[in-house]
Amino acid sequence: MVGKLLMRGLLVGLLAGIVAFGIAYLFGEPPLSEAILFEEQMAALEVPDPHAVEEEAPVSRTTQATTGLLTGTVILSMGLGGMFAIVFAFAHGRLGHLGVPQSSALLAALCFVTVSLVPWLKYPANPPASTFDDTVAYRTQLYFLMLALSIAASAGSLMLRRKLLPQHGAWRASVIAVICYLVAVGLVLGAMPAVNETPEAFPADVFWDFRIASLGIMFVIWAVIGLAFGIAAERLFPGRPAARGGILTA
Amino acid sequence: MADATLAPVFEPTPLPVRDIMPWAIFAAVIGVIAFYFTGLEQGATAVFDGSAIHEYVHDARHLLGFPCH
Repeated sequence: MVGKLLMRGLLVGLLAGIVAFGIAYLFGEPPLSEAILFEEQMAALEVPDPHAVEEEAPVSRTTQATTGLLTGTVILSMGLGGMFAIVFAFAHGRLGHLGVPQSSALLAALCFVTVSLVPWLKYPANPPASTFDDTVAYRTQLYFLMLALSIAASAGSLMLRRKLLPQHGAWRASVIAVICYLVAVGLVLGAMPAVNETPEAFPADVFWDFRIASLGIMFVIWAVIGLAFGIAAERLFPGRPAARGGILTA
Repeated sequence: MADATLAPVFEPTPLPVRDIMPWAIFAAVIGVIAFYFTGLEQGATAVFDGSAIHEYVHDARHLLGFPCH
């Protein structure tokens, strides 16, 4: 059963990756190209190093923007789709009185907020030429720490909701859990160190377009996964079992 | 919980955790490898020499929000 869910998750991830590539190509590539143009303009202003050896680019811009971009979005989306299937296997029947498509859509929305939106609020995607090359390891550590804290906040709030459920009922337990979640995320966003490395001359509209495109790509990946997985997995759960009394796991 | 008895929805049966665990580990390994090669290899850290992987997934890495360079 779980194996079949995982297989569907990977296939749905493949679909999401292809759709995300389309969005990335249409909305992400234009600001990315402009950022590279800015990078080249900045490089042209610098005094050329007489000892520098002209390096030949190992991968052309066209390859990066087409097959490279497709490979990246598909691999990441399949990874996310596979992990989504496992989280779904845990969550379905433990999130509330939801059918398979509803569980899947709700879970994908939670994944978008947890894995994509909240880390993006603190450490949004950066176009080329907007950061320092030698801080990449530090920024990567911050990014993954932020991701881990975001997942911890979501998981903690869901557990809190489950704990409050018998005493307070679904609505109040949910509201309390969401408030605790927002406080936790607010504290984390405030406590994590800021990264401001962007050159003053970097065009602001390119920056904005790039970051919104990046968030849009992640939204599309999760939307496709959430909706398509619900359809693909529904037939694995045959029939509608009769409602049972004394439901406390909602 | 009066609403629960009146609502026409059903309660799905949760899958037992022990059935999920082996698949969870398997998927986590796949997921980590996918994350690693799209997001980190030849950037923040490197297993292979050179920059071919970094350059190939360069645009995806930037647009998917990983710190790149």
